[in-house]
Amino acid sequence: MTGKVPADAPARRAEVLARIAAALVDRPASSAVPRDYQHRLPDHVDVLDLFAERVADYRSTVHRTDAAGLAATVAAAIADRGIRRLVVPGGIPEGWLAACPAERIGDDPPLSVEELDGIDGTITGCAVAIAETGTFVLDAGSGQGRRVLSLLPDRLICVVTADQVVGTVPEALARLEPARPQTWVSGPSATSDIELERIEGVHGPRILDVVLVDRPG
Amino acid sequence: MTVPAEPVPPIHATTRRPLPTFRGTPPFPEAARTALADPQLRANLRRATTTIRDKRSRVVAEREDWEQLRLAGAAIKDEVLRDLPALLERLERAVVAAGGVVHWARDAADANAIVIEVARAHGTTEVVKVKSMTTQEIELNEALAIEGIDVWETDLAEMIVQLGHDLPSHILVPAIHRNRTEIRDIFRDEMGKVGRPAPADLTDDPKQLAEAARRHLREKFLRARVAVSGGNFAVAETGTIAVVESEGNGRMCLTLPDVLITVLGIEKLVPTWRDLEVFLQLLPRSATAERMNPYTSMWTGVTPGDGPQEFHLVLLDNGRTDVLSDQVGRQALRCIRCSACLNVCPVYERTGGRAYGSPYPGPIGAILTPQLRGIAHHPVDKQTASLPFASSLCGACFDACPVRIDIPEVLVHLRAQVVEHAARSHRIPTPEAGSMAAAGWVLQTARRLGRAERLASLGGRVVGRRGAIGRLPAPGWAGAWLRRRDLRTPARESFRAWWRRTGGRDDAR
Amino acid sequence: MRIALFITCFNDALFPDVGQAVVRVLRRLGHEVEFPAAQTCCGQMHFNSGYRDACIPLVDGFTAAFAGYDAIVTPSPSCAAMVRHHHATLAASDAATRAHPDLQDRVAAVTPRVYELTEFLVDVLGLTDVGASFPHTVAFHRTCHSVRLLGIGDRPERLLAAVDGLTLSPVPRADQCCGFGGTFAVKNADTSIAMGDDKVADILSTGAEVLTAADTSCLMHIGGLLSRSGSPMRVMHLAEILAGPGPEARR
Repeated sequence: MTGKVPADAPARRAEVLARIAAALVDRPASSAVPRDYQHRLPDHVDVLDLFAERVADYRSTVHRTDAAGLAATVAAAIADRGIRRLVVPGGIPEGWLAACPAERIGDDPPLSVEELDGIDGTITGCAVAIAETGTFVLDAGSGQGRRVLSLLPDRLICVVTADQVVGTVPEALARLEPARPQTWVSGPSATSDIELERIEGVHGPRILDVVLVDRPG
Repeated sequence: MTVPAEPVPPIHATTRRPLPTFRGTPPFPEAARTALADPQLRANLRRATTTIRDKRSRVVAEREDWEQLRLAGAAIKDEVLRDLPALLERLERAVVAAGGVVHWARDAADANAIVIEVARAHGTTEVVKVKSMTTQEIELNEALAIEGIDVWETDLAEMIVQLGHDLPSHILVPAIHRNRTEIRDIFRDEMGKVGRPAPADLTDDPKQLAEAARRHLREKFLRARVAVSGGNFAVAETGTIAVVESEGNGRMCLTLPDVLITVLGIEKLVPTWRDLEVFLQLLPRSATAERMNPYTSMWTGVTPGDGPQEFHLVLLDNGRTDVLSDQVGRQALRCIRCSACLNVCPVYERTGGRAYGSPYPGPIGAILTPQLRGIAHHPVDKQTASLPFASSLCGACFDACPVRIDIPEVLVHLRAQVVEHAARSHRIPTPEAGSMAAAGWVLQTARRLGRAERLASLGGRVVGRRGAIGRLPAPGWAGAWLRRRDLRTPARESFRAWWRRTGGRDDAR
Repeated sequence: MRIALFITCFNDALFPDVGQAVVRVLRRLGHEVEFPAAQTCCGQMHFNSGYRDACIPLVDGFTAAFAGYDAIVTPSPSCAAMVRHHHATLAASDAATRAHPDLQDRVAAVTPRVYELTEFLVDVLGLTDVGASFPHTVAFHRTCHSVRLLGIGDRPERLLAAVDGLTLSPVPRADQCCGFGGTFAVKNADTSIAMGDDKVADILSTGAEVLTAADTSCLMHIGGLLSRSGSPMRVMHLAEILAGPGPEARR
């Protein structure tokens, strides 16, 4: 570790903690946190339909398919977006790319940022997806790889399987492992910094395709 | 760190221009007057705040449990404040266990010194920065500039402010006071001086402006070795830090450089991982009026082979313990910096953010800035003392606040502190205190009030015409009222006099 | 039911017509109203300006003047909110000094009986039609304290809708503050006027003949701007409309 800790560090720490203790001398009363907000969506809501609808609201493209149609759907998305060179993180199931028209580029050994910056697109899986907010969460697990893989190339294709889709944010957090680095993605990169109008596309991938693999039958 | 004895404005190393500062902002009424006289600013603000208000109403209305989420958010934040020492130590243990370094900063000078020390240890002359209110509060860019280190703001609005040699005017959208044409001009004139120039044919189409920002910053991201960020939430239980953003500049800063330094106010904690479920729902809807913001990054210490391999967390007090010591005012520390209160505030809509003379503008700024500057403990300067009065107490801010900070309550509480400081430091009461004391004396008994009403009625008849006082040069509050508004003269016969005369029976009309 | 009128110091001195209108409305509905002559002020101006100590004698005086009534009715939502939200806290802060014996108990006895006029008419008397007639188009300004602090909701609009011949003309951006804000109007006069100008523009866009609200303080501010600009729009308190036809236009 290079950053060395200044000499008076213990004194500063003690002083901040002492100030806090002094500020709380009135011992504020404790009360339970009310948690009667929504934890699950009502049973009648089809989470896959809702997820697809909410992702589309962010002006990203949703492709619904099933296991049999997956390879063709992915291949079509790659072709439609003009992706010639595709980053393929370790652990992507071979079947997803059975018809892949692009050159596949692995991340082992790790690609440099300059190399990544020159590549058209990335395909990734995800850890969990949230219907209510149209979000998918990357946690650097198998089929996702390092965070930077889904960041530098301008086109991102994310494959979400039906069993990964939950209804709400509380359900998603319960499934996730806090220690893993996470990126929650809700639509393409966007900004509202010019006159508070939302425009898609700044630094992250500007083109986002979500392939949702429905349950069989 | 060597700081010149006489403060000279810090100079940006590349542009050689002095960095702008909030210091010297006049008291609010005066600063507001300047802002109100700028029709372009008023038009930009009105357009932007109207847009975001409508959008926020729609996404909030979508959640039937919004009030339950607000109550939970407020309760979790209160729990954080109550258990702060234990939670901070828990966070520290978790971050260290995950390979991070934790620093404690009593004030801005401590925090800046820590960042400078880390940056120097890596021999860097530039850092990329994720938008962060905390680093603005401590004037980190200025401190780094004195050391010859350039800071590149990477949030689009922060970059507009930085390139425009300007000051931020909104918590979330610091360049809200600029419209697209002004932004185009800034990009065209300034980008080339600090890196890749804007295209010669740049128009004011927001898509083109965003594209120019993307290209300009990409080279800076790719070469950056040290990044500085703030944090939206820090989970004490796990040591996880969360940064909520839209553009992806945050992800760039949080994943590309070798070294990451996060400066975090001590109140930014949540106790448990689960608690994020409340705030990740409250914040995006309140801030950008979205169901979810495009990107949220979460990391815990260092992940081998993924992202920065050196992580420093700076825990900052800088007046927060002063706020915490005030039993009414401490609720301001619940704030999650969403800026919903700014967007709904009728005062902010007219004056914009710079009139508040602080990186924290609007209603939350009016209660946070004076408290961070120690108003609970000692008299403050005139500008600071003017902030709690910069509100009509309309209450829209409290309704919009996702963590239920009763901003009007705190404003009134801070007004009392200003009045008490004035009473203690002036042997002769101020004219205002004198008038208030006189009014208080008159209002103590009905007899005194009745007499005062008769006098006022006589006076009103002298200066008034047809029941109204019109344009009239008058000092003080009367003059302030009459400059643009007529004033109803006190009635010929007060209600109490009428009742005494008639017993309430004279309704022949 | 013993009903007391809490006129408020502001209306007492500046707008006695409003108090007379309240008396007329209640009497027409068959209720006698008393005016406790010892009343002065709820303390709102001092409280909101930071002069808390000056409020406590006023709270003391308020409870003394209004003790023993079943209902205390006021034509000011903002003063009703002051009593409801802050008198108890002020009394509690005084408890340690024992300067005003039993103040907390007296506040607890009086405060729940304080009603803003429209609350009293709609909730206590159970009425929306008070038998008034007013053949004019009316713009109604929803004052911030009536909506956000007191929560009177649409009671005023329901009462107005039941007035014979009256046409309500909705004001755009109705949730926006007019910029009065008590001493804000003079301490931050420029901002207050900027807010008021926008409010006046929204109100004038309705084309209504009359502007009304449940509180005279905001009306004094908006009316002052209208009067200075020479607008012919009349400004009346809600009670004056409910009291029947013919009240004087007021600014």
